[in-house]
Amino acid sequence: MQKKFGGLAIFLDRSDINTDEIIPAKYLTEVTKEALTPYILEDLKLEGFDPKGEKLKNATVVVSRENFGCGSSREHAPWVFEVNDVHTVIAESYARIFRQNMFNGGMLAIELPKADIDQLVALQQQGDVEVAVDLDGQSITVKAGGEERQFSFEISQFDKALIESGGWVEFADARY
Amino acid sequence: MGKTLAEKIFDSHLRDEPFPGAKVLSLDRVLCHEITTPVAIADLVWREKDRVFDKNKIKVVIDHVTPSKDTKTATQAKILRDWARRHEIPDFFDIGRNGVCHAIFPEKGYIRPGFTVIMGDSHTCTHGAFGAFAAGVGTTDLEVGILKGVCAFREPETIRINLNGSLPEGVYAKDVILHVIAQLGVNGATDRVVEFRGSIVDQMSMDARMTLCNMAVEAGGTSGVCMPDMTTVNYLWEFIQDEFSSKEAALADYQQWVSDPDAVYSSTLEIDVSSLEPQVTFGYKPDCVKSIKEMQGAPVDQVYIGTCTNGRIEDLRQAAEVLKGKTIADSVRGIVSPATPKIFSDALAEGIIQIFMDAGFCVTNPTCGACLGMSNGVLAEGEVAAATSNRNFNGRMGKGGMVHLMSPSSAAATALTGVITDARSL
Repeated sequence: MQKKFGGLAIFLDRSDINTDEIIPAKYLTEVTKEALTPYILEDLKLEGFDPKGEKLKNATVVVSRENFGCGSSREHAPWVFEVNDVHTVIAESYARIFRQNMFNGGMLAIELPKADIDQLVALQQQGDVEVAVDLDGQSITVKAGGEERQFSFEISQFDKALIESGGWVEFADARY
Repeated sequence: MGKTLAEKIFDSHLRDEPFPGAKVLSLDRVLCHEITTPVAIADLVWREKDRVFDKNKIKVVIDHVTPSKDTKTATQAKILRDWARRHEIPDFFDIGRNGVCHAIFPEKGYIRPGFTVIMGDSHTCTHGAFGAFAAGVGTTDLEVGILKGVCAFREPETIRINLNGSLPEGVYAKDVILHVIAQLGVNGATDRVVEFRGSIVDQMSMDARMTLCNMAVEAGGTSGVCMPDMTTVNYLWEFIQDEFSSKEAALADYQQWVSDPDAVYSSTLEIDVSSLEPQVTFGYKPDCVKSIKEMQGAPVDQVYIGTCTNGRIEDLRQAAEVLKGKTIADSVRGIVSPATPKIFSDALAEGIIQIFMDAGFCVTNPTCGACLGMSNGVLAEGEVAAATSNRNFNGRMGKGGMVHLMSPSSAAATALTGVITDARSL
């Protein structure tokens, strides 16, 4: 079943946020995704960011900069997003394994150019930022305060097929 | 138009292209450890698809936390152990015979030129040292690999790194790769294969080539690769002698995987290593690299020698050469973890373990352990380590701890003085 995308955004305005910051290695001893829930972004040190705060709790979209999800291959990183209802990440670029892990789990990793991310980040000044995703139209509509902007993105046919099938296990099992 | 090694492997292993640019490859090896595999196993059981595509192509090890440190890690080990037994996977390495995955699997001869290899571990790129395409993947890719023997990748482009000149004494593969990462940046090789070429690589042992390829992912690379040559054949000979009539015949066969002279690269980096100094990281990203002279004198609390980057016999020899007949500073805790039982055993026979012990090092069993702050040498808040590992992320070896990456030789010198030290200055 296809997941729901979009919603309230939280901004992690730094490049190279790694999977150790998203979910520290000491929690890799868990053997269920659900057990990871409280530890989301626990070790991320970023001005104004509180891993236990309401802002993260209410967010279902993460917006960040370059090379998001670099480092360890741990799928615990997208899982900790998934179990916290964050199904959409928007960033300038991704580390390959993280990006693949997102689509493999039927989640959405949107890549936008720096200028678009700059605009998104600036929109925070207007208030809470709400993102609506149109997967078929390959665009997002972003609302904050009274302002509304639209950005288009590219998604490969394969990545879209993974999302539509619910993930790579479903896709591969049906085909191979 | 010629092809790169990676393109040749993609062409020969292409099972399906469901959409343009999405290449589904058949896999020669699916490697498993106890951290990223149990969730895949649980999901397969839940789906009532608890099967393996080929028990002889799946290799399994418990390496990250071993011996188990608590109930949770014991449970992870048990899930993996029960699964390996249930499916009669012959090559399963449990306590007493286990070692760091990226050291023990090559050592057993499982990785061959032209192979496709995946593992739920980002440093799987290490195995490209044998002329294989080897990529770290997540648990879902691993799960499909276990069940179906396939994995999907984007069409690979290759960055070629030409390493030439002559490597100065006291400068090692680790220094070279840190320098390369500093040039590429932490995402300079994303979605690319990193091909290491040049006279320096030709002269390197397999141990050193594995150190190079191991850190390709720290520049974002999908796989590191070296061209198979007589060094590769000699390393593998005990495992392949029944397949080929002579080493020359093996070499001739492996030539099919060497990149063509007119292959096309996305970019080429020329590096003359003749004036390279020992390198060390500062900060929290692997591309924050300086020459060790610039960091000389910075105090450390712990020195850690081991890991999939630098826990092989050649690495231990280099460290022992610096440590021989000396003792480490009182302010430092020294820990060495030979990466496999064979390396441990060889180090014992060569007197290297005694040198480490006489110097005041704690010698632990083969494990990934402290490198990722899971066990066997976790740092306290505010502590600093000099380590031969591959990642210096904030808190990597323990929350609030800092890591300086360096060669085994530099790490040994740093242990002796308690401050970051160029081994050549001793």
